[in-house]
This record gives sequence, structure tokens and C-alpha cells, in this order.
Amino acid sequence: MTTLLRMSRQGGLLLAIALFVLFYGLYSYQHPRGGSADLIVQNANETFTLALVAMAQTVPVLLGGLDLSVGPLMTMVNCLASHLLTGSGWDLAFGIVLCLCAGLLAGFINGALVVYGRIQPIIATLATGAVLIGIALFLRPTPGGAVDSDLSWAATNTLFDVADTYGWWGGDLPGWFQAIQAIPVPIILIVLVVLLVWVPFKNSVTGRGCYAIGSSEQAAFMSGVAIDRSKLAAFTLAGLFAAIAGIYLALQTGSGNADMPMAGGYTLNSIAAVVIGGTSLFGGSGGAVASIIGVMVLRAISFCFRVVPEDSIVGFLANPLLQPLFEGIILLAAVSLGAARVFTVKNRLQLFG
Amino acid sequence: MTVAADTPPLVRLTGVSKHYGGVHALREVEFAARAGSIHGVLGENGAGKSTLIKIIAGVVQPSAGEMLIDDRPASFASPQAANAAGVVCVFQELSLLPDLSVADNICITRPPRRYGLIDRQGQRRRAEELLARIGCSDIDPRLPVKALPLSRRQMVEIAKALGRNPRLLILDEATSALTAADVEKVYALLHRLRREGLGILYISHRMPEIKALCDTCSVFRNGRHIDTFPSGARSDDEVVRMLIGREIHNVYPPKPVRTEPPKPVLETRGLRWGQRLADISLTVGRGEIVGLGGLDGQGQRELLLALFGVLRGVEGSVAVDGRPVRIGSPSKAKSAGIRMALIPEDRKTEGLLLPMTVGENITLAALGGMTRGGVIDRKRESDSIARMVEALRIKIGSADAAVGTLSGGNQQKVAIAKWLLTEARIVLLNDPTRGIDVGTKQEIYQLLHDLAAAGTSILFYSTDYDELIGCCDRVLILYGGRVIRTLEGEAITETNIVASALNLETNGQAAEAVPA
Repeated sequence: MTTLLRMSRQGGLLLAIALFVLFYGLYSYQHPRGGSADLIVQNANETFTLALVAMAQTVPVLLGGLDLSVGPLMTMVNCLASHLLTGSGWDLAFGIVLCLCAGLLAGFINGALVVYGRIQPIIATLATGAVLIGIALFLRPTPGGAVDSDLSWAATNTLFDVADTYGWWGGDLPGWFQAIQAIPVPIILIVLVVLLVWVPFKNSVTGRGCYAIGSSEQAAFMSGVAIDRSKLAAFTLAGLFAAIAGIYLALQTGSGNADMPMAGGYTLNSIAAVVIGGTSLFGGSGGAVASIIGVMVLRAISFCFRVVPEDSIVGFLANPLLQPLFEGIILLAAVSLGAARVFTVKNRLQLFG
Repeated sequence: MTVAADTPPLVRLTGVSKHYGGVHALREVEFAARAGSIHGVLGENGAGKSTLIKIIAGVVQPSAGEMLIDDRPASFASPQAANAAGVVCVFQELSLLPDLSVADNICITRPPRRYGLIDRQGQRRRAEELLARIGCSDIDPRLPVKALPLSRRQMVEIAKALGRNPRLLILDEATSALTAADVEKVYALLHRLRREGLGILYISHRMPEIKALCDTCSVFRNGRHIDTFPSGARSDDEVVRMLIGREIHNVYPPKPVRTEPPKPVLETRGLRWGQRLADISLTVGRGEIVGLGGLDGQGQRELLLALFGVLRGVEGSVAVDGRPVRIGSPSKAKSAGIRMALIPEDRKTEGLLLPMTVGENITLAALGGMTRGGVIDRKRESDSIARMVEALRIKIGSADAAVGTLSGGNQQKVAIAKWLLTEARIVLLNDPTRGIDVGTKQEIYQLLHDLAAAGTSILFYSTDYDELIGCCDRVLILYGGRVIRTLEGEAITETNIVASALNLETNGQAAEAVPA
């Protein structure tokens, strides 16, 4: 009963799940290899990076702010990782830790600018985003890099490939492992990030503080909530998520690329995903898991364009030049559907609350 | 010069019901209000008063029944439509835009124009004229609304309503934040408007106000219209019985009898802050309820905010248990060594996180003590919530409902529960019973009494003198940012409070205006 009640407060999330099922179902139905393990691995890889960037975006949005630096930060870490993710196992581990620390530091600086500099998040992160792109260009003036190919292969395929690459159990896989070996690694990674990072954060005093600040900063302050600590933590966590996205992008592409339009695209898509997931841009409600669903919807929509039969009545959709136009229209429609709750509100004063 | 009773009423409701889901806010209401009359509407919170006026003012539409204006069926789709028909409402929750100037606010719906643009001169003249009409020429229409204290904002709100040329003016708890002087001005204004033939609906929790002001009274209870009668035709006891459906015996719990002065817990010496606090020294003992009285805006709020660490640049010293402390923020105020709580004045902005759940609101201030390994322990959290909901008898369907959906009285209980859970030793209350119903008020008085009996020290600011008399061991009267008199025991009487509040002792007449 309480679960039902909680769910009903998240109408936007339910809608997003429905949209994902619809679009991904359509895609799988049309695709010749629809539902096959290969295709799911490929789709999961294409979704992971944006999913992490959207998680990064979610935390500042919960405070009621926007973080324009998540895309640039991901790009910067991507370039950093393209230098560091090579060499022995220890080198790799050290490189990953260093990349994560870079993300945490950049996020912390964003938070410090907002908390101590009293700068609005959107402005502070606009500036740091530009700085981060500058660092990325310095690190990788031209695309390239030599990312460890074993790690790259293992991180972007199924569990079986991980065991195969590193020769676990000498090729003699135990039964329980065979039962789960078809699961794509990116899915495992994202579940781990959610369980090990997001869920503890959301249930910490600091995390609850973020929701409280987004609901009413004044009331949160008067309740003795540690406002500064919550804000710093929120931006730092955003930095961590963006860094994970950057590392994964390096593993996926095997290289680093200081691509400014790509960084901007990721930032904007992350905002779209957060909104589709039902998180309020005014802050105070929603969450990172909802944003992951939002990313899945966005990606499923763009997948669908790949399988439009060119000779059918909707064949013109297959034209790649028209794709952004139609993606935009569908995005608008999805967000409007989410806003349909205004028709069910009886007391119109509640609309502004 | 009252209008004859046989003219059709200005507004009449027949068989009007309103329900939200399964909750009936109004049932089969028959109600009429006439021109040239001040019509009081009485009822506890949840009695349906708010819904009644929201229907008349076009904010919500009735589920069943009909509304007639001048005997013609009318249905307002929006507050604008109601305004166009001459129905104007001054809501309890202020509708002013804090960043805009007073003049901008007063003329917000139909600003005077010149060449198609807003005529700022004309707008200011119009605002000055309206403010003068309600006797508030001292308000500068160029000031932003947020620079005014709450009581002045309420006067601006009334000026704004008048600017729309109402035929039926609805005032919902419009005087609850006013100073005594402003209340007089509003009374005079309403009497004048009645002579001019306006219909006025006046909603208030304060019985004496209704008696002094209204010529007709209607009583609502549980969404039903109980009775309408000429003012004065029923005794207070009868009205109270109609209101609550049961008799109230002891409004205030008995005060403790002390043989020796209590051990001091909170002491301040020479507290100063800008122009608002000038040298305040006070002591609150263990288990003591100390009241803050006086006219509104004499520094009472600032004193509480200064103690709670909200204000910057406070001079003077504060000691807790004899040890000097520096309280720089609310989170410091609630920390282990001090354990102070402030139940703020405005529960909608400072007290509660309206979109968050009842449970999340209750535990917000005490979360630090509920974690295990840095993560909130759900079991302990839900246990605490259940304990508070039961202890304060908060009426909720589920602790997962948004706190914004509760009635005013229950919201205030949630705001109080939040601080009770911190087990504070020093509780500061800033006018905690403003705009809540009689039953909840009584529960709050009982709660304060129980807290004090358990050793909590309470500093209690109230704009309701009756409350101070009923609850407090001592009452400090503030005037111009200083304590001008301390009343104790038998000396806490309405006459003494009012006389001290106006600073009458010193020169036999109301003292000169307070420096701003």
C-alpha cells in the first residue's frame, strides 16, 4: 500500500517506464536481431555514458540548480583516462582512481563556487565547463590514445567476455556463473553505482538535506540542515558520476576526444533525461534512478529511427538529416505528457507550489 | 443606512457541496450574504470556511449546488471572473509579490496606463490614495513588499483588494497578523465600507473580533452550515458549543506553583541588533514558560531569530547553563551542547517542506541521531514518525502524504513535532497558534505545559494576549527593541499587558511612535 502511494507520487517515472517499454519494444520488434544478447550489449553500451551523465545532472537539479559542466567534465576525464588507462593492472587501477579523484575535485570546486562564492549554479558551472574543455583540449589536442584493449573489451561486453579475457577459473566456468554470464557489463556497473553510491547517498542525512534544500531552502535552513555541506556533497557527487561516464567513454571508444559539441550535447541530453524521468527542475523531488530511465527512453527513441523501413509510409523518418527534428518533437511530446498532471489538479493554487 | 432585508442577497448559495476525493469539505450548504452588512463566518479549521470562500471567490468550483449573485445564477471559472463580478478576496496566505514594490502590487491586475505602457506616476498616486483610505499613508509605495513587516504587508493586501472596487469583500483571517493599531484602522474602514453599501464576509478565529465588528454571524462545523443569527443574539457559550459541538471547560492547563526561582538555563545580556534590538537582557529558567508580549514589530521576532543564530552582527552575550555560547546558525543552535529549537512564524516557508512527506518533515531536524554508518535507519525513522503522530494526534491518512495536503492546524503540529523530536531543552515559539483552530490551540497549550513540566525552558511570543495570560509564568513586554516591563503571576492581566505594550505607565498616554 505504501509502495503504491509512493509510486503514485511519481507519475512521471511510471510514464517514462511505459514510454521506454513502448519504444524499445518497437525497436526490438523491427530489428532483425531484436532481443538478442549482442544487440542488448550494444544498446547498453550506447546508453551507459549518458546514463551516468544524467545521474550527475540529477543531484544539482534536486537542489534546484542546473549543472552545465557535467558534459565538459565527462569529456575532460575521458581525455585524462586516454592517457592513464594503459600499462599493468596496478597502473590501470591507479589510473581509474586518479580519474575518479579528478571528477570529485572538479565537482567539489563547482560546489565551493556555489556555496562560498555565492554564484548561481548555472553560471558557476557554465564557467567551469569552459575551463574543463580547455583542460581537455590541452590533454588531447587531437583525438587519440591507447586505452588498454583487454579492459576495454571486458568493460563493454558480457560477463562471459570478462571471464574469458582474464581467464577466470582457467576457462572452466562454474555453474552459477554460467547462469549470469550473458548479462552485459555496463548493466552490472550501473547497478553497482546505484547500489553502492546513489542509494547510500539518498538515504544519508546529507542526501535528505539536498531534497530538503530543493523543497524549500528557507525551511531547511531554519530546521538546522547543514545547507553548505549538502550542496558541496551534491556537486562533488555529480563530479564522481561524470568521471565514471568519462572513464567508460574512454573504454568504449578506446581513446580520448576533446570534442566540445559532444560535451554540450551530453549536458543538454542529461537535462532532457532528468526531466523525462520526472525529476522536478525546481528541485526537491525525483532521483537518479528516474534519470536512468529517462536516458533509456531518449536512447530507445533514437534507436527506433535506425529501424524505420525506408519503403514504408513513414520511410522519410529514415533520413538521418531529419532525425534531430523528430527526436525534438518526440521529446517535447514526452515532456508534455508528463505535464498532463495539471489537468487532474483541482485546486489550481497547488500548481505553483 | 442598512439595506432593507427584502432586497435579494448579494450572494446566495443553495445546496452547495464540495468534496475532494472522498473528503467532504462542504455538504448541502445554504448561505446568503447581503449588501451593507458585515457578515462574520465562524468555524474551526476544517469546518469548511475556507472552501466556502474559495467557491465564492472562484478559486474552486462546487461539486454540486448553485451560486446566485443578485439572484442570477453565476459560476466563476477563476478568481479573475469573480473579481469582474465584484467579488474580491483578501486571503490569509498573502498574495503579494515580495520583490515588486507596494505600488506595483496594489495595481497588479489593472495598472493605470499611458501610451499603452504602465504609468508609474499614476500607479504611485493610486497606491498612495488607497493606502490613505485605509489609514496607512506611512507606507512608502516605492518600497519592495519584502522590506515591510508582516503586519504592514497585510494592510497592503487590503489596499490591493480595495483597488479592485469590490461589491463583496471577503477577508480571510485578514487581521491575524495585524498590530492593535492597524486592527482599529481596519475596523473603521470596514464600518465605512458597510455604510457605502458593500457586502463584507469576515472570517476569523477570534470571537471578540467577530462580536465587535459583525452584524450577522454564521457558524460552520464539519462542512455544514449550523446557524446564522444577528450578532449578539447568542451567548458566547452557545456559540462555542455550536463551533465545537462540545463544551470547553478549562481552556488553559493550570500553571505550576513555584516555591523557589528555577535554575537559569538561557540568559542574555545586552543583546543588540541594528535598530531592532536595543539592549535585551532576559533569563529563562528550567521548566519555565516566558512570554514575549507587546505590540507587533517591537523586536520580538528579531529576538527569537537572534537567539537561534539566524541574524548576523548580533552584539551582546548569550549563556546556556551559565556557559557563554556563540550561536552562529540554526544547525549550531540545535547541536548537542545547546539543544535549542525555534518553531517559526511562517510554517509555509520557514517551517515545512510542503512538497515532501509528513514523515520526512517530522524527522528533518533530528535525522543526525537516526543514522547507522552514515545511512538513515528506516526503522528508527518510521518509529519516531509514528511516535510523534500519536503523541501530537496529527490527523493524517499516511505518513507518506505530502505535508502540503494537511489542514493548517495539522501542518503546525508537524512543524512542532519536528522540533520535539530533537528533544530540545530550550524551545522558542514564534506566534505558533496564528490561524489555527480552537481545538488544536488547546492541544498546543497542553503540550507547552507538559514540556515545561518535564523541564524544558520555553520562550513564547504570541500576538494573542489571552494566550500569554493563560500559558506563561512570566511575560516580558517589548517596546522599541527593549524589555520595558516584566509581568509575573497575578500581574499578568490583559489590562497590564495592553497598558505596558502601549508604554502607558511612563507618560500616561501612548508613547511617541517607535523609531523604525
